[in-house]
Amino acid sequence: MRVTFPHMGNLYIPLKAMLQYLGVDVVVPPLSSKKTLTLGVKHGPEFACMPLKLNLGNFMEARELGADTIIMAGGCGPCRFGYYAQIENAILKDIAYEMQLIVLEPPEKHISELLVKIKRIAGQRSWWQVIQAIRFGYKKARAVDEVEMAAFQARPRELVAGATDAAYHEALALIDGASSLSELEFARENAGQIMAGVARDHNRPVLKIGVIGEIYTLLEPFSNQGLERHLGLLGALVDRSIYLSEWINDHLFLGLIKGLRSSKEACAAAAPYLRHFVGGHGQETVGSAVNYARAGYDGLIQVFPFTCMPEIVARSVLPDVGADYSIPLLTLIMDEHSGEAGMVTRLEAFMDLLAQRKESREACR
Amino acid sequence: MRVGIPRALLYYYYYPMWKVFFEELGAEAVISSQSTKGILAQGLKHAVDEVCLPVKLSFGHVLDLAGKVDYIFLPRIVSVEHRKYICPKFLGLPDMIRRLEGLPPLLDVEVDMYRKNWDLYQAIKETGSFFTNSRLKIWMAYHRSVQALHRYCRLLQLGLMPAEALAVLENKVKNEPLPYPADLNVAVIGHPYNIYDPYISMDLIRRLRAMGANVFTAEHIPEKILKSNASRLPKKLFWTLGQRMIGAAFHYLERPDVSGVVHVAAFACGPDSMTGELIERHARARRVPYLNLTLDEHTGEAGVVTRLEAFLDMVRWKKAGAVGI
Repeated sequence: MRVTFPHMGNLYIPLKAMLQYLGVDVVVPPLSSKKTLTLGVKHGPEFACMPLKLNLGNFMEARELGADTIIMAGGCGPCRFGYYAQIENAILKDIAYEMQLIVLEPPEKHISELLVKIKRIAGQRSWWQVIQAIRFGYKKARAVDEVEMAAFQARPRELVAGATDAAYHEALALIDGASSLSELEFARENAGQIMAGVARDHNRPVLKIGVIGEIYTLLEPFSNQGLERHLGLLGALVDRSIYLSEWINDHLFLGLIKGLRSSKEACAAAAPYLRHFVGGHGQETVGSAVNYARAGYDGLIQVFPFTCMPEIVARSVLPDVGADYSIPLLTLIMDEHSGEAGMVTRLEAFMDLLAQRKESREACR
Repeated sequence: MRVGIPRALLYYYYYPMWKVFFEELGAEAVISSQSTKGILAQGLKHAVDEVCLPVKLSFGHVLDLAGKVDYIFLPRIVSVEHRKYICPKFLGLPDMIRRLEGLPPLLDVEVDMYRKNWDLYQAIKETGSFFTNSRLKIWMAYHRSVQALHRYCRLLQLGLMPAEALAVLENKVKNEPLPYPADLNVAVIGHPYNIYDPYISMDLIRRLRAMGANVFTAEHIPEKILKSNASRLPKKLFWTLGQRMIGAAFHYLERPDVSGVVHVAAFACGPDSMTGELIERHARARRVPYLNLTLDEHTGEAGVVTRLEAFLDMVRWKKAGAVGI
């Protein structure tokens, strides 16, 4: 059994670590690229959202590298993601790319449904080892997120152009290379030092921007044309409403680990505008917008794939948040036709607007 | 008291029930006008660009009721059966509509039967309490409204379209000449609010009939058959309407007397992108003629008519034994 899984930003680092800890033969698909997307667009349904198309491309590329089994998460709606695995499987079958499919669904009747599937992946390993592997994976996710947050801090203030990107890739490689808990601890410290070592100009004025929206387009830089990187280079201090480890804590550990931002807080903040969950991260998007506005951010950017249903609902009510807290809001919708240059132009214009706004406000004081 | 019901979205399923319920409680049920260009234009003006056509139309219908009624009935329909949702946009609809200016108060009770069917009564009680304090009265109104809904469903299963079934229920049947005898049967699969709205569907059903085709839809099949057909999927669908469409499509694709399937989807509809894909793959495997119509506010009548004519030509040639179709 050679196992593969879809990409979502840096998810491959903790997921690969967890599977390898269990002794599973893992094939990481090549990072999402134009080719991945082209494959997905060719075979996927036209109006499916972009993550499905990228998933499909990932699987096809992984199969070319010898993978024969797919691990996928499931769901119970109302967001389309819950039915991805079945659609992708039907498509792969029709184009003779058939692969084994293991879908980790939230159990419908009994927890044993899920445990059986985990056992299928883990093979002869004991449950204790499974728990250890999950713990190891989570720690890696946390370490990866720390590197990413450090990069958000460093990028707008870097003195040497490109220094942050270089440090970021070096730090990620270190964490990716760690194969035991003690090694990971060491790698994490080193990575922290590498990120701290980026020379910066602490006096440079920066704008604070909160990036909110759909989880896949937030986490996968290919799908958002490197939005956060571009923002950083334009001089914005970026924060993102969802990090990988927070998502794992919310959805897999059911909030077991304290001290992280949780989706519950975000949903509570959304109440005046959106009173019911709408699937996906729609309510979290609205809530995070409120939280960022209250925290004094200069602007908000919502990003989601074309036709994403929960985010469209959020998009419909977000103008009210913008008006109530008087915070500018930019919506970016991503699909296979999105171009990087077009997005950068819009970001530059948005940043100019925010800078002028900030200047005139400070002059009034 | 006048309660406004927008002629949009789930109106096509539940209007007879809602009407009886409000009338039993002494209120007057007022529906918005038939869809027109003007109503759609209002919706387009007030909804964000990204929402689908039927939701934009529902904005227009709600605005059409403004000033004519004391309340607008706009329940938040989360789920109407066990472990199934409608669609995220239905979950957020009252929040999206509440932003509009100049609307009477909304009766936005939450209908959520995701866990158990009986949770419906919570919504009934809440709605009823706007009109009366008597629990018995609410219970009776609920009881009668469910009877009305059952009558309506039976009429639909006899092969009537919603507008015709409503005419029967309201004793308004017109004496119309029998239609030109049809020579073939076609199934139209799509969300009820897309296929039954004569304006946004470009009068699809009447046109097909005028071209000599009998039209079958999901509403003509009993729930049980729909469910058993849909259960052939590897995983249960979690959208009520999607499951109905899949069940109906699988049923009609296997019926020898149905010669073709027309799938109607709204542009950028999320559930349709998934169920449509499954239906299309199934139709291709069974070599049944299949037409996919995508509707949005830019859809032109002439384009739809041409495609329908071409489709029916293809169906007739295939029936006549043409090679290579």
